[in-house]
Amino acid sequence: MIRFAAASKSYRVDGALVPALEPVDLVIERGEVFGIIGHSGAGKSTMLRLINLLERPTAGRIFIEDRDVTDATGSELRKLRAGIGMIFQHFNLLSSRSVADNVAFPLRIQGNVSEGEITARVDELLELVGLTAHARKYPAQLSGGQKQRVGIARALASRPSILLCDEATSALDPQTTASVLELLADINRRLGLTIVLITHEMDVIRRVCDRVAVLEAGHVVEMGAVADVFLHPQHPTTRRFVAEADHREGHGPEFSGVTGRLFRLSFRGEATYSPVLSNVVRDTGVEYNLLSGRVDRIKDTPYGQLTLAMNGERVDDALAQIRDAGVDIEEVTR
Amino acid sequence: MSPMQTLFPNIDWAEIGQACIDTLLMLGGSLLFTVVLGLPLGIWLFLTARGQLHARPRLYSALSLVVNVLRSVPFIILMILLIPVTKAITGVSIGIRGAIVPLVIGAAPFLARLVETALREVDRGVIEASQAMGATTSQIVTRVLLPEARPGLIAGATVTAVALVGYTAMGGIVGAGGLGALAYQYGYNGYKPDYMLVTVALLVVLVQILQSLGDRLVTRYSRR
Repeated sequence: MIRFAAASKSYRVDGALVPALEPVDLVIERGEVFGIIGHSGAGKSTMLRLINLLERPTAGRIFIEDRDVTDATGSELRKLRAGIGMIFQHFNLLSSRSVADNVAFPLRIQGNVSEGEITARVDELLELVGLTAHARKYPAQLSGGQKQRVGIARALASRPSILLCDEATSALDPQTTASVLELLADINRRLGLTIVLITHEMDVIRRVCDRVAVLEAGHVVEMGAVADVFLHPQHPTTRRFVAEADHREGHGPEFSGVTGRLFRLSFRGEATYSPVLSNVVRDTGVEYNLLSGRVDRIKDTPYGQLTLAMNGERVDDALAQIRDAGVDIEEVTR
Repeated sequence: MSPMQTLFPNIDWAEIGQACIDTLLMLGGSLLFTVVLGLPLGIWLFLTARGQLHARPRLYSALSLVVNVLRSVPFIILMILLIPVTKAITGVSIGIRGAIVPLVIGAAPFLARLVETALREVDRGVIEASQAMGATTSQIVTRVLLPEARPGLIAGATVTAVALVGYTAMGGIVGAGGLGALAYQYGYNGYKPDYMLVTVALLVVLVQILQSLGDRLVTRYSRR
């Protein structure tokens, strides 16, 4: 468990204090995948670095497993950090060392692990990330996705209970991003590791996170389960992120020629795959016109979001029937 | 007369041989101590600079000033100024041992700057990653900074070694001997152009060897 207790951070720039993160109170539960999304400069990088104290809070406290670690120094700090793995946007591998030596690095600096144990652990980790064949290569010989896998293996070497991901997929192409995210989700499931990731892409949040916090100018403006935030974004910043993920812009003018009332239907879980709309049309005789939509998954939960125009005498009955099927409805004003 | 004697009538090859040995001894000795002093000084400069692992801006400014002063004094002046220091350290102020002290004092600050620059080239992210893994500062220096900067450090040492070849030539002034002294004594003062030619040619060969050795090592350790 990670707890921010009114933790905030300001930087001194030319003698003036500039806030990077306003006081944050939040709890990240053990074993969950927690996403922090925000534009660059929103404070997400600072927030992530408060957890392993690469940044010290200016005020407030940081708790890890109910222990106040805010003032940890020396060997206490190093021990704490050994229990928290971290991966980075630009991988940050040691270019002068082989893949195997990079993965072994955190174990070697701890100094209390025998070379035999290190070799066994490195083999095991390289197998986990699928890089056994590349153990003797140097980072410069690997692709971006392979480098990030080395980064993940290295971060897991000392069996941490927490993994911090700093824009871990931002430098990767979409296909590689998908496979790295899959690996992270797999690690979370298999090892029960708590994962905290920061990103500027809602799609990353949608694929792997359980909960999300939206950061804007140092403030947490929205937080909750990913499905709730994704299907019913409240804050304008969140709405923009969701719209970007759906590749849709505002839909004022494009529906101008459409008749009837406009609704946005949000399906989640079982409802996504049941023939709700067909039943409604048969029972009430309304007509609907599908304007835009998406059916996908949020982590492991299927969801659908459709925007449609409805015509007919019994629209209100239709809406009631849709609601009864467990689908959320929002009328779109135009 | 053998062809060698026809081409170089004035040259005493035994003397040239001795001068080569003296030059190599001066170079080897001074390079060793230059690295022993310059490397830690460079690391210290790097660590204490603003925004670095052990930022101490005032200490950095003081170190930086000392380094700049030593680098700006012409070597020939430095050598004369340092005579009392040399005497105190080695007991003599002349000869090979007498030359090594000013050579080191002259070259170590130069190398220190090159070391500092090479360390700054190391990706900050890699240092941050090491911190995040719980590495101590000394582990970061010995296991991250130095290995990652190795090509740059070798290049810096090579440049320093070549500069030292030039300095040793001036070491003749304190009677250190070596190829430079021969070139000056016989070639320049004694009007024996063949001495000048041979000693300079040997110095060129020495510099070539040092540079290509350095370049080869840089290539070997570059993994980027």
